[in-house]
Amino acid sequence: MKLALGPLHYYWTHETVRQFYHDMADTPVDIVYLGETVCSRRHELRLADWLDIAHQLKQAGKEVILSSQVLLESESDLKTLRQIISHANDFTIEANDMGAVHLLSGKALFVAGPHLNLFNAHSLRLMASLGAKRWVTPLEMSGAQLAALQSHRPANMETEIFAWGRLPLAWSARCFTARAHNLPKDDCQFRCLDYPQGLLMNTREDKAFLVLNGIQTQSAHTHNLLPELDALHACQVDILRISPQPEHTRDIVALFRNAIDTTENPACRQQTPEAVNTLQALAAFAPQGLCNGYWYGQPGMAQQNTVQQNTVQRNAAQRNAAQGKQP
Amino acid sequence: MPPDTIPELVCPAGSLTALKTAVDHGADCVYIGFRDNTNARNFAGLNFDRAAAHEGLRYAHAAGKQVFVALNTNPPDAGWPRWQEAVDLAADLGADAVILSDPGLMQYAAQRHPHLRLHLSVQGSATNYEAINFYRQQFGVRRAVLPRVLSLAQVEHVRQHTEVDIEIFGFGSLCVMVEGRCALSSYVTGDSPNTSGVCSPARAVHWKQTPAGLESRLNEVLIDRYAAHENASYPTLCKGRFNVGEASYYAIEEPASLNTLELIPEFFRIGISAIKIEGRQRSPAYVAQVTRVWRQAIDACRANRNHYSIKPVWMDTLNSVAEGQQHTLGAYHRPWK
Repeated sequence: MKLALGPLHYYWTHETVRQFYHDMADTPVDIVYLGETVCSRRHELRLADWLDIAHQLKQAGKEVILSSQVLLESESDLKTLRQIISHANDFTIEANDMGAVHLLSGKALFVAGPHLNLFNAHSLRLMASLGAKRWVTPLEMSGAQLAALQSHRPANMETEIFAWGRLPLAWSARCFTARAHNLPKDDCQFRCLDYPQGLLMNTREDKAFLVLNGIQTQSAHTHNLLPELDALHACQVDILRISPQPEHTRDIVALFRNAIDTTENPACRQQTPEAVNTLQALAAFAPQGLCNGYWYGQPGMAQQNTVQQNTVQRNAAQRNAAQGKQP
Repeated sequence: MPPDTIPELVCPAGSLTALKTAVDHGADCVYIGFRDNTNARNFAGLNFDRAAAHEGLRYAHAAGKQVFVALNTNPPDAGWPRWQEAVDLAADLGADAVILSDPGLMQYAAQRHPHLRLHLSVQGSATNYEAINFYRQQFGVRRAVLPRVLSLAQVEHVRQHTEVDIEIFGFGSLCVMVEGRCALSSYVTGDSPNTSGVCSPARAVHWKQTPAGLESRLNEVLIDRYAAHENASYPTLCKGRFNVGEASYYAIEEPASLNTLELIPEFFRIGISAIKIEGRQRSPAYVAQVTRVWRQAIDACRANRNHYSIKPVWMDTLNSVAEGQQHTLGAYHRPWK
């Protein structure tokens, strides 16, 4: 099972982005998705800069994919899209809109991104016939739905799933970060730069709910499928996607890689204490806690207990009991 | 298409009574859904079984009007036969068009029913002409309903770069997100327009009077809290008040309705083929009032585009049925963004 680093959803400074991908070059991530997918106003990096990073990562042995913008509204958005696609001979493109699929079909192999709403084998076969070599499952798809679909996915179609990160739940023409500052979108003053992991939106009883990231709305909780590795293996998922975050991405990649290697090597199975440690370490990297509901066909914000988590809780309870604390 | 095309008025019907009401009050077309999760208004007690759809089509056709069937959710693999049967039923009943969003289902409809007219649903998220032309090339789609995220200039640009007829939303509840690319409802409740044909479903709504005020919750998540003097709105989750930093406000969107009466002359000029009224979940009384106003407004513009003006009674009527009793031009008006 391979690890992919999904496209960067946030707006960081040029230097920060450069440093981030420089740091990723020697992590055990196999695939890196690059490019601006959220907002056409973000210009810290131009396409030439992304291509420069792409070449560096390619030299470092990574498979590099150029991701395209999800919401295409203007001719200028389409122009950017065409410029990205003009590099399809050097790099595979992730199509995040049917407009991109239209421009790529029959011309180059592509990745069908997570926002194309490919929910059934008919849609997958159509994408395969147009040149998709890989698809990223819709966020809303449950593990049971995925298992049913995987049994008759097209040949040579790789399956990738969003496995770690705040869920990119919604896209709008309106910029909610600009709105939070009472600024019009056209004069947003690039306030997204002030929020390297988005702007937290709480309910009126101050419970973390969503994250405003320009025109994108994310979950406040971090989606985590690491505890589902066995099930992901069983339904032949090929690639796990980790979504970049400003801190700890390197550690998260390492934890996932280690967990995958452990799962894939039967001799290393049954190492429950290590799995428990991994989960505890991961939980520390989620600013507002974890969720995994979509995988279980539940509300996405739900956190279903898993075997390992139960173990974590049991161990904690035992520790507390030993120390004479109430749970 | 010549630029002086008169836009068709496309009205919603969640019941046979609403369909007949729409036809009687001046709709050119009525759109309906079947009684299950194959459409994006899958609400209890709403929609059409085979007999009602048959009678609705008979009624509309007798009046020279059309009926479109919305089949605009994404079939999961295991549920595929239900959606396939729904397409077959719509074709069998003689629907004038089916409104689809799922690419696989669209391919099935195009191959199995080559004479069935295909419309791309707003749930198909086609916001640019390359996407619309994709559906045209692959499936012969004849009309695309644009998501409520484009400015008027962007709508015009799309219209100029495709042969596909363009239908836009003119009135009704306003989605602030790109339709088809919003999973907020499933994140909170497990059901969304894509997967279940519902947004912020009533089954997950809970109202409670508390010392702090009247609270509306969606699956336990506090969507809003109202002081005694405030009007409470249905807790559509993107239209509640939330805390961002120190401020508590409508962080995503106010509970307002889209109302574009003033843009009708622009719709004529641009060459919009159809204007859609949202609200299959609303009552026949809503359908009657909104359809009547929009019929009069379109006819007034048709009679004299240069001297079109909005009658106060039209605005009063529409405001009286609008969500939150406020209205907005939404994304058509650039500063909204």
